[in-house]
Amino acid sequence: MSPRAAWRLESLGFGDVYDYVAGKVDWMAAGLPTEGTNAQHPRAGEVARKDVPTAQLDERLGDVRERVQAVGWDAAVVINSERVVLGLLRSKELEKDPNLRIEQAMRPGPSTFRPHLSIKEMAQNMTQHKLESSPITTLDGRLVGLLLQKDAVQKAGEKE
Amino acid sequence: MPTEIDRSKLQSLVKEGAQLVEVLPADEYEEEHLPGAISLPLRRLETEAVSLLDRTRPVIVYCWDTA
Repeated sequence: MSPRAAWRLESLGFGDVYDYVAGKVDWMAAGLPTEGTNAQHPRAGEVARKDVPTAQLDERLGDVRERVQAVGWDAAVVINSERVVLGLLRSKELEKDPNLRIEQAMRPGPSTFRPHLSIKEMAQNMTQHKLESSPITTLDGRLVGLLLQKDAVQKAGEKE
Repeated sequence: MPTEIDRSKLQSLVKEGAQLVEVLPADEYEEEHLPGAISLPLRRLETEAVSLLDRTRPVIVYCWDTA
């Protein structure tokens, strides 16, 4: 929509026109302030846990499980060197054969959600689809954090 | 030809006095918009752009994302 607006403004005689193509989603994903009736509502990106353990494809599951449990977690997000999400290790995957490589053990291609989504919407979605946790990523797939269903439900309830 | 910009360029242009315009429908603007942005939905550009905006200053438009 914004490219059409930009071109139309030029044709109306505006000589210095810019198009912020990544738009409102990019702005909100960066956690920058907004204005409006929804501006104060909590969003997925704020509630997602940023301290979630991560793992790489070529690691050994046993090593990752030790590391994850040592910091009190039962889940980890599989990312590459660019922090792009490739998979998810929930408790079920972490219990597999410790000699497997992460790429063999992980749940590949998990559904991811954008940081700007309202926490109420996320709580409903995760409850409905029985998602105990969901990675929150930027538009280009980079990890922001892991949103736990219990956190989403609790935070959504606070706003009722 | 309009220039595509990223977030940091937007912030510097706004500091320098650029006009920031959300072209989404007005109800979406009411719910949430970038600080200081004005609402000028795409369908109203034809009739309202010239009266609402200053042609001598830079204009930045945005919507939800690249779609």
